[in-house]
Amino acid sequence: MKLQKTLALATGIVVAMAAGSVLAGSKTLDTVKAAGKVQCVVNPGLTGFASPDDKGVWKGFDIDLCRAFAAAIFDDPSKTAYKPGTGKTRFTILRSGEADVITRNSTWTFVRDVDLGFDFVGVNYYDGQGFMVSKDLGIKSAKQLDGATVCIQTGTTTELNLADYFRTNKMTFQPVPTEDSAESRVNFEKGACDVYTTDASQLAAQRSALQKPGNYVILPEIISKEPLGPVVRHGDNVWGDIIRWSLNAMIVAEELGVTQANVEKMKSSANPEVRRLLGVEGGLGKMLGLSNDFAYRIIKHIGNYGEVFEKHIGVNTPIGLDRGLNNLWNRKNSDGSNGILYAAPFR
Amino acid sequence: MFSFWYKGKFRRIFFQALAIVIFAGFGFFLYYNTSTNLARLNIAPGFEFMDEIAGFMPTTTGMNLTGFDLNKSTHGDVFVVGMFNTLIVAIMGVIFATILGFVMGILRLSKNLILSFVASAYVEGMRNIPLLLWILIWYFGIILAGPSVRGSVSFFDIIFINKRYVALPQPLLTEAIWMILGGIIAAIVFIFFLKKWADQRRDQTGRNFPVFWVSIGVIFFIPLILLNVAGLSVSWEYPILKGFNYIKGIQLPGSYMAMVLALSFYTGAYIAEIVRAGILAVTSGQIDAARSIGLRPGQISRFVVIPQALRVIVPPLTSQYLSLTKNSSLAVAIGYTDLVNVFTGISMMQTGNALEIIMLTMLFYASVSLFISLFMNWFNRRVAIVER
Repeated sequence: MKLQKTLALATGIVVAMAAGSVLAGSKTLDTVKAAGKVQCVVNPGLTGFASPDDKGVWKGFDIDLCRAFAAAIFDDPSKTAYKPGTGKTRFTILRSGEADVITRNSTWTFVRDVDLGFDFVGVNYYDGQGFMVSKDLGIKSAKQLDGATVCIQTGTTTELNLADYFRTNKMTFQPVPTEDSAESRVNFEKGACDVYTTDASQLAAQRSALQKPGNYVILPEIISKEPLGPVVRHGDNVWGDIIRWSLNAMIVAEELGVTQANVEKMKSSANPEVRRLLGVEGGLGKMLGLSNDFAYRIIKHIGNYGEVFEKHIGVNTPIGLDRGLNNLWNRKNSDGSNGILYAAPFR
Repeated sequence: MFSFWYKGKFRRIFFQALAIVIFAGFGFFLYYNTSTNLARLNIAPGFEFMDEIAGFMPTTTGMNLTGFDLNKSTHGDVFVVGMFNTLIVAIMGVIFATILGFVMGILRLSKNLILSFVASAYVEGMRNIPLLLWILIWYFGIILAGPSVRGSVSFFDIIFINKRYVALPQPLLTEAIWMILGGIIAAIVFIFFLKKWADQRRDQTGRNFPVFWVSIGVIFFIPLILLNVAGLSVSWEYPILKGFNYIKGIQLPGSYMAMVLALSFYTGAYIAEIVRAGILAVTSGQIDAARSIGLRPGQISRFVVIPQALRVIVPPLTSQYLSLTKNSSLAVAIGYTDLVNVFTGISMMQTGNALEIIMLTMLFYASVSLFISLFMNWFNRRVAIVER
């Protein structure tokens, strides 16, 4: 009996190893191809990041990331399906296999990465938690918030950061926990709380959706690090690689000056890294199990990272976010600070 | 050939056995499905997370009677806070729904057209709009339309009402409170014996004793006399405005008020119909008979109509109490910190122990429901017809 078990185990390992070395296949990629679409968990409604427009078409920064995966796999960015997930339900949707990837401003943390059984494969937005208050209060700093009523979204890292911050500064607060950001916004606008706290990017997005955005200020304190990025299930490394390098392709394209407009011309560029990125030489895409020009497809259909940023959440949109930390590592912002966006090379 | 199929005994046993097999099979399927999926996902279930520090605030400080401390309370304490917050909504809801239901049910039978119309409009309005909508209307439409914290409506400078909460004075736990509690217990014991004596006297002499009014007097006066004799008085902690909010005292959150109002108005409508049905079930011959032996209208209701109506009212009332308790889980829609919101919501998200947390939550609701059922069954036996 014992021998049998050992034998079975050994056979299993050998078969698994053989399969791994020969096929390097991805179960998730197979199901995505069979379904004919990439299924992404997205925010149920966050202007600029993910929200349906008046015709019911999903638009936004996170949506375009999902569309980029579809472009890379199918050469057709419309082959996507969106599963709106609240702070509470998003991980369950991914874990149960109802979706293939989360593109919903989710913070990369130790517990989520290690204990919950997920893999964070990159960062598409470096964020931090901030506070928004009404101008009438005349408050200049988060240190003045002792005793305030705070609107928070449940199931996110924000409620833990908030508690930590108030504990550290020996202040108290009254929580108003709600399930999604739209609900928090209504509570805040109607005066059920003094302060609205969430990631600074979301605060900007939520402020643009308030009736009188000019009446509210975002306080200068950023109380946490919130690296937001796409999440996949732990264990399917090939699928994780596809997601990671699709995102990296958008960042590297910006670095190399490849844009949606010039991507066709860039194919005949002399720069070897551009040629490898666009699949003219090197055969990188094949190693992922995709077509060699997967990055070319992304840039052609979606654009590079900077283009997507400016289109949905940049300074010329109602959200009006500066590139800030999300600028490339070798570019200067208007205030002289550097970005920290740094993607591994296509080599 | 198949004659055994038509034997009553065989059929009884066969279908019983079939039911058991199907039930056991379903149970095994659930167990198998859960355990294989957990193994597939590499998750080992366990309750260790209950001892980890929660690190978030699951309730407002103005309604923190379980003493939750952000610095050291655990997910287990979050469970306690959640249960407490759910229970106070359910208990207050049951009390108000019962009062409202009895009043409206009786009004609907009133010969006064305006009163019966008001009661009918109430019942139909409540029953024909979904509860979730009522909760949202009460909270976003009514409570949040109230005054701001600084513009709070004040009653005698000790109660303050605004859109966020109702701030009330809180009695301090001094000797006086224990004396009042002791006084009330003594009064209840006294009333118990008084009732026995009054019943005996009525059986022997036929004379009535006003037990009800005397009891009310006793409940109020025994604690008061005790306090005066001991020379103690209750001290209160009054709410005061400091910074953004009122501090000290008790602050009942607006979401709590909205939940209690929405649940009791909604369930009250169903109870009104049950009460109306119960009263109509007492045949008019009973009332005529009572009148003919010379009972006054008040006595007719007390000794003839109500006892018979209760037999019809109590069983369906139980299921209304059960729905009210379970409906309180809709609190998550308006951010009230009930069990589903803070434990099944926040703790589950922070720890990832979905299976354990859902199981504990189900266990809680099942226990509360069973307790209500047991209590109402006991009450039902007391009011049911005693068959001789």
